[in-house]
Amino acid sequence: MRWLDAVIHGILLGGAYALFAAGLSLMFGVMRIVNLAHGALAVVGAYLCSEGIRRLGLPAAVAIVLALPIMAAFGYALQRLLFDRTAKSGEFATPLVTFALSIIIANVLLAAFTSDVRSIPVGDIGTASLDITSTTSVGWVSVIVFVLAVGILGGVQLFLSRTQPGRIIRATADDQSTVRLVGVNNHQVFGAVTAFAVLTATIAGISTGIQSSFDPNSGVTLLLFAFEAVVIGGLGSLWGTLVGGVLLGVSQTVAAEIDPQYALLAGHGVFLVFLLFRPRGLFPGTWQG
Amino acid sequence: MSAEIGSQASQAPAAAGTVAPSERGYVVTRLDRLSRGALVGFAALVVLLAFVPFSFGSSTQNTLTGILLLVAMASLWNLLAGYAGLISFGQQAFLGVGAYSVLVLTRSGMNGYVAIPFAALIALVIAVPLSVALFRTRGAYFAIATWVVAEAFRLLVITIPALGGGEGASLPTALDYSPTVRTALTYWASLVVAVASLAAIWFLMRSRTGLDAGAVRDDELAASSLGVGTDRARRIPYLVSAAGFGAVGAVIFLNALRVEPASIFSVNYSANAFFMTVIGGVGTIEGPVVGALVFYALQEFLSGWGEWYLVLLGVVAIAVMLFMPEGLWGRLSRRFDLVLFPIGYRLRQRGGSRDKR
Repeated sequence: MRWLDAVIHGILLGGAYALFAAGLSLMFGVMRIVNLAHGALAVVGAYLCSEGIRRLGLPAAVAIVLALPIMAAFGYALQRLLFDRTAKSGEFATPLVTFALSIIIANVLLAAFTSDVRSIPVGDIGTASLDITSTTSVGWVSVIVFVLAVGILGGVQLFLSRTQPGRIIRATADDQSTVRLVGVNNHQVFGAVTAFAVLTATIAGISTGIQSSFDPNSGVTLLLFAFEAVVIGGLGSLWGTLVGGVLLGVSQTVAAEIDPQYALLAGHGVFLVFLLFRPRGLFPGTWQG
Repeated sequence: MSAEIGSQASQAPAAAGTVAPSERGYVVTRLDRLSRGALVGFAALVVLLAFVPFSFGSSTQNTLTGILLLVAMASLWNLLAGYAGLISFGQQAFLGVGAYSVLVLTRSGMNGYVAIPFAALIALVIAVPLSVALFRTRGAYFAIATWVVAEAFRLLVITIPALGGGEGASLPTALDYSPTVRTALTYWASLVVAVASLAAIWFLMRSRTGLDAGAVRDDELAASSLGVGTDRARRIPYLVSAAGFGAVGAVIFLNALRVEPASIFSVNYSANAFFMTVIGGVGTIEGPVVGALVFYALQEFLSGWGEWYLVLLGVVAIAVMLFMPEGLWGRLSRRFDLVLFPIGYRLRQRGGSRDKR
């Protein structure tokens, strides 16, 4: 029974990873940008929310709702002011600039909030659990995060394939210069995509802060797992990312049943096995053609 | 003819005036007078540095040890990024391998300084299978994948009680030298590692492999269509860099006498190597050395700044990448047409002024 427990918890954990990874995958798909500051930005969102509750005394729900548009605007500004410029400096500049950005963010957070571990208090819902069977129960928050992840990934998939703005984004991903000829401002599209990516990262960061804890350097772990979920699932496939996240989550919780110190190691191990034997992932490139 | 090749030849307007362009022809040069002088100067500097322990105290030696290790790490990182087009944020994996190799070897009775080349060899051997997996990825994905490997190594070491687990381990008492001798030996070890790294990079990049690596970096498809073995062109620099970082890790351990997984596997080592290389100038021999010196000076001046120091470095690195991508040395080199340690060839009009490569 404890193995079933581990698998269920792993699946739910995978939802959080997929939520993180969605933004990473989307930014790569549309702009060919691999944002190494993705995890650090998620942690900024979590701190913003936590500070709103601590300093301003806001109710948790209000702090969360306020953090989201602020972070999305930050993402938009980041794309327009920094990433657009970086993309012009050649393909090597983007990973280096976003890596430097992640170091900057982590150290600003360290200077502002020290390395103390904190979490986001949300009251009863944070600890409330849902009984699946008489012996298995899962936290409500992790169920909500998983449902959110599936909803967001599905929503993005539908949005990209069925709507006019979605078509514009896919067209921009295919050929940046041609969409300009037909009157699309590709920089607006890029800004919107990054805003959305940072928004989803913030949701994932806040949910991590509610379920467990975070510190200024948590971004690294988050980035690596999100990246692994994307590669395992296959570049450019959003559903693949969900499967990749779930595979990672399950391997971690199952390994943790054997010995907690193997949890993270098992996740990285699964990733390296994929890199060796299935480097293109489970479902390579389904939406960008 | 050889005099012409070697000469700076910038003051030859009379010759240029009398000889018709068609008769002048071109000469291909690699080492000119300036770079020969630089090589001699470099050799003299190394000899001078070798004598430092006889005339300076341990604090000077410790300072120089720190700088030499920074020079080695920046240069080895640049070997990947600048010459082979591989961005790695996971070179700390090999620092850890080197340090823990020394731990194991000294426990079995080997002298710590003798263990350094073995540590480099072990890092190289471990890098071979890793490169097979990592080379499945490209660009930024390679960068993050190397980082994952370094994290996996850290987590793996933590699970091994014999290596001290998460707490780390101290060097066994195999080094029963007096502190004075130990400082000098560590300093010499860092000098050898730094000079050997620079020499290996210099010879490697001037060889066929260096040409291949540059071609693959600039255009993988075009290079492979011309018959360049793209994996081999990347793998050799990757293995050399791994071995070099292994040796640096060994010296870091011998210097600190203690190794902890959280610190030896810290991504800050790769971050610093990246900052030094970018600020100094990517893709030149001189750039990372200049960057390491600037980095060390900044570290000394801003040591009281704490976290803000790394914030400043990050901002400077981004600014350099956006506004001065050739770096400090690259800017100087272009401004004054200065190449001390040339990798490529130059085409020069015979008797005329120096031409660009």
